[in-house]
Amino acid sequence: MSKPPRLQILRLVTLTIAATVLLLPYIYMVGFSLKPVDEIFAGGLSPFPREFAGLANYAGALESEPLLRYVANGVIVCAGILFFQLVFAVPCAYAMAKLRFPGRAFMLGLVLFGLLIPIQATSLPIYIGLARSGLTDTYAALIVPFVSSVFGVFLFYQFFRTIPDELLDAARLDGCGDVTIMVRIVLPLIMPAATAFGIFSVVSHWNDLFWPLIVIRSPDLNTPPLGILAFRSEEAGDSYGQLMAGTGIITAPLVIAFLLAQRRFIEGISLGALKG
Amino acid sequence: MSTDASVADPISAAAVRPAAPPHLSNTAVGWGFVLPFLVLLAVFVLAPTAAVVVMSFTDWKLGEATISFAGFENYRALLTERVPRISAANTILYALMVTPLSVALGLWLAVLIEGSRLGRTVFRSACFLPVVSTTVAMAIVWEFLLHPTLGPVNSALLLAGLPPQRFLSDADLVLPTLAAIAIWENAGYTMVLFLAGLKSISGELYDAATVDGADRPWERFWTVTFPLLGPTLVFVVIIMLLRSFRVFETVATLTGGGPRRASEVMLFTIYQEGFQFFQIGYASAITVIFVLFLLVLTLVNFRLMDRTVHYK
Repeated sequence: MSKPPRLQILRLVTLTIAATVLLLPYIYMVGFSLKPVDEIFAGGLSPFPREFAGLANYAGALESEPLLRYVANGVIVCAGILFFQLVFAVPCAYAMAKLRFPGRAFMLGLVLFGLLIPIQATSLPIYIGLARSGLTDTYAALIVPFVSSVFGVFLFYQFFRTIPDELLDAARLDGCGDVTIMVRIVLPLIMPAATAFGIFSVVSHWNDLFWPLIVIRSPDLNTPPLGILAFRSEEAGDSYGQLMAGTGIITAPLVIAFLLAQRRFIEGISLGALKG
Repeated sequence: MSTDASVADPISAAAVRPAAPPHLSNTAVGWGFVLPFLVLLAVFVLAPTAAVVVMSFTDWKLGEATISFAGFENYRALLTERVPRISAANTILYALMVTPLSVALGLWLAVLIEGSRLGRTVFRSACFLPVVSTTVAMAIVWEFLLHPTLGPVNSALLLAGLPPQRFLSDADLVLPTLAAIAIWENAGYTMVLFLAGLKSISGELYDAATVDGADRPWERFWTVTFPLLGPTLVFVVIIMLLRSFRVFETVATLTGGGPRRASEVMLFTIYQEGFQFFQIGYASAITVIFVLFLLVLTLVNFRLMDRTVHYK
């Protein structure tokens, strides 16, 4: 495969332009978060500040709205969801893939059916149920509806089927019970699948607006998307520098995590394509 | 998905077990592992799904004491009233704008990156960044970029001698504008799916095509890449249709369905009718229709996934 260098250069230039265009919103977000108000109101094309007001903007943003609290809420909710998803999905998937028991085929059918049901289908009844039991406007309302991840069971089921039975039989011969086998042998083996699923789960729940908008009223419980919406309405449209600083703070955790583990993030998020 | 791979093994294991049971039976352990998930599945997926269908045939409004059976009244209303019709039409129009353009842009980026010798990881990550970013936060950045007087987009239009636009409050522009934001967000996503598809195409095929006289890059694209990418392409199109039918964040953040319902989309209608006006019966009916939409696409997707595995 030898190609003329002229073509490679053309390719590089095109890609650089395309990537820069895709990154423009970030360039403007960061640039305007460093600009003083009068410079922003002067308008114009340049994202770069003539006078540096970054410190004032970021400090102002953090002062006028508890953004770090919203970020912490995001961490609590995403960690809670992922923890319970794994606790319930992994044993279930293991049993379905590696143990023979009556009802196994039925479970498989249920899981495939469950994959077809999007969260939007179930949100009205779940909301009414939570409201009746007085659970709306709590962390539980943000976490509980998502703990049974059909998609998780499906992924881990597929993954467990690739683990050879001989490995597990050998452990059984050594006198290990199924729980020991799960903890000692299976869990270390599923780390790659669990990481990919974890990233998929965290990114989708961190960014979700639909469900938090429905169940949360108190500002204390705002997730990152709700928090940035609250910040915008608070600002009522004059301090754009602070607003851009705020969006930067809310976006930063996932973007930094992504930059640190790019390949894993891309793997994890493209997993979602299996579900649609 | 065949299950017969290890049938021989458990049968022999079962035959040994009654004599000397070394562990709990498979049945007890199996159900012990499955049951917690099954209970949650019943409570949070199966029962609510059934409930939403039942509720769609009632006239229930939250807060009212009486509920009565309404037959197909809600569905009839859906067909005759203005808002749900506009909402469905907008959603479909939006999906028809977002899907082809994100797919084309993603494919273009993937082919460029796959063929580049330098900076593949950097370009891939740069294009993927919008996929990972919080949509609501980036929507607010876009709102600023598109600001009628202060936004750089309008500054650029002015510089080019064009009239500035009110992108988010002009009824003719609002849906294409939201679609453009979605294309920006999704191009990196389709790109990654295409990159996975491109990896499975053998380099020998390109050499063969070159020998057969296809020496220009686009000739090789049309004779080798595009035909072999066919199954991936269909798969990506369906994924994108599914994603764009579920548009909600940008509408809720930027337009609230306006101006004059020009950006009213189905999930936003469900949100308003169900969770703001508490018209439970009516919102359930919209939900049922919406989910049927998604269901058909998902089923097609499942079908394809079984067949997608490739012509190597």
